[in-house]
Amino acid sequence: MSVTVGVVLFPGTNCEHDVVEAVVRAGGEARIVWHGDHHLAGVDALVLPGGFAHGDYLRPGAIARFSPVMTAVEAFAREGGPVVGICNGFQVLTESHLLPGALQKNRGLAFICAPTELEVVTDRSVLTRGVAPGSRLRIPINHFEGNYTCDDATLAELVDGDRVVLRYTENPNGSTGSIAGIANPAGNVVGLMPHPERASDPLLGSTDGLVLLAALLVSAGARLPVAT
Amino acid sequence: MSRFAALVEVRLRPGIADPAGATIERSLPALGFPDVSGVRTGKAIRLEVEADDPGAALARVEELCRRFLTNPVIEDAVVSIGETVVGIGEPLPGVGDRPA
Repeated sequence: MSVTVGVVLFPGTNCEHDVVEAVVRAGGEARIVWHGDHHLAGVDALVLPGGFAHGDYLRPGAIARFSPVMTAVEAFAREGGPVVGICNGFQVLTESHLLPGALQKNRGLAFICAPTELEVVTDRSVLTRGVAPGSRLRIPINHFEGNYTCDDATLAELVDGDRVVLRYTENPNGSTGSIAGIANPAGNVVGLMPHPERASDPLLGSTDGLVLLAALLVSAGARLPVAT
Repeated sequence: MSRFAALVEVRLRPGIADPAGATIERSLPALGFPDVSGVRTGKAIRLEVEADDPGAALARVEELCRRFLTNPVIEDAVVSIGETVVGIGEPLPGVGDRPA
């Protein structure tokens, strides 16, 4: 049974077609979900892709949080559904309080568009299921506000709870603990600044993003009823 | 019910790095302002709110700050309530004067 990934489109999102393409390459099906929709139409996993939802006005993700679809996204996440926020999608998830902390402007005020090397820290997340901790992945970042920020207590919770999913091997943006991606306590909600969909074809310089998207499909598939 | 002018000053919380403020501050000596320091950036939001009295207006805007205008992880806000606004869209009297 094929897994269908819903890719949420806010006004200003600009990576949705890349994510759809990459999900198909990873062996899944994908469908765009409009931010004004109240229902997810039976998708098995959700990706909140990158871009500038609602123009990033006020703060990135601050207004997207109030889009009608977010009520359904939050309910889906509460039920254990796999939800992944990439870049601006990560910012939406922190603003929605589905993930802790905040994404601040990069150290040095630099907009960074560059390949980064990531270390997989845990396999206890829907995005890294079956991926050996310690694995190195080459996946690009493309952001101005990707400097992960949280207080010491939150950082301790993330580390002690095995919720740091990905770290940069060389911190590009000042992120606390070199964090590139985190998960909620159950591991079914993941936010990351790097773009797996931009590392999904040899022409793009890396296919390491497919490792993560394939893991997402496996995680989503594991929740489906077994055909008898 | 009256309509009050409000000024919300959104600030980065103490201890939160402010790359924009730091960049401004680093440029100051070259511009002839070596005596200026402690630069912190933020944003100002002006709005009008209907309430019975200034205290109620303040409480309402502070609630708005908590739920939307600030991200409490990295920001806080100072709210100033000004005089009653007579006509919508007119200049907001009494707002913008920071308390000493």
